[in-house]
Amino acid sequence: MKTDYWLLVLGMGIVTYLPRWVPLIFLSRRHLPEWLRQWLDFIPAAVLSALILPALVTTTGESRHLTVFQPALLVSIPTLIFAWKTRSLAGTVIIGMALFWVAGKLFS
Amino acid sequence: MVAAWPICLGYVPIGLAFGVLAHNAGLAPWEIGLMSLFVYAGSAQFIAVSMIGSGSAVIPIILTTFIVNLRHLLMSSSLAVYLQRLGFGRLSLYAYGVTDESFALNMTRFRDGNWDWRRALALNQTANLAWVVSTIIGGYGGQFIPAGAFGIDYALPAMFICLLVFQIRGGLYVLVAVLSGLLAVAFSLLFSGNVYIVMASMTAAMLGVFLRKGCGKGRESSEES
Repeated sequence: MKTDYWLLVLGMGIVTYLPRWVPLIFLSRRHLPEWLRQWLDFIPAAVLSALILPALVTTTGESRHLTVFQPALLVSIPTLIFAWKTRSLAGTVIIGMALFWVAGKLFS
Repeated sequence: MVAAWPICLGYVPIGLAFGVLAHNAGLAPWEIGLMSLFVYAGSAQFIAVSMIGSGSAVIPIILTTFIVNLRHLLMSSSLAVYLQRLGFGRLSLYAYGVTDESFALNMTRFRDGNWDWRRALALNQTANLAWVVSTIIGGYGGQFIPAGAFGIDYALPAMFICLLVFQIRGGLYVLVAVLSGLLAVAFSLLFSGNVYIVMASMTAAMLGVFLRKGCGKGRESSEES
């Protein structure tokens, strides 16, 4: 088991590291074509949205399904407005946490 | 590094939770620390621990880890634009610290200017330290921390929401973000695992490129970015 665990952690480490490493090494030294630059320019907004929205409207776990009416989604609206108006990362994190805490108290 | 605090605030409770789960799956604190140090990827580690708990073999866990973490390909590709002059060693070190959260935060700062690879690297390593230490502490005694205290579960979603707002620099970005979010929801319901993140964001960004091309033709002279 102990050698197995080392193998497991090493294997997981390698397959996690490679996708992080390969683009940095091979893309940072060459001039990227314009379409690729534009595509990469859209990636952050796209990735963030793809990370956020499913977390707000689906259940987690093995078989996911839609659950639109949950505090996480409700809280995201004032949090988004706050972020838009203030453009403050620290403020948004604190407001989001506070609202989620209050919402948890109200809905449970 | 002060800039890392929103990430740390998010990592610590998740790290503690991970530590508790890993402990329950039969891992010793040093084994938990070893995984956090070698792998350093929250969702993949959670999945691995649940697979260990259900007696899975080594290879399926490694394969799942690979698929779950493929999304970092996109993030590193975007970051590469801002790390043009770094040498092999520094790029290799930087690659280790690429996570959803560090990517989002560093990308925003790079774009604003007034940010350099030294600070980005310091941020990465601070976040990494917070992760490794909190998972080990969780392994020792995270069960004493009440679940969901002070809305801490919402620290990362709130940070992501704000970082998304920072990324919006025009109507096309809103459109790409909305499309990506909707596609992600649809894909996440259709496919198990985390592939939906890669599929949705690649597709939405591609649509963004096509749309920009389409719009740019009509007003090439007035368009200026």
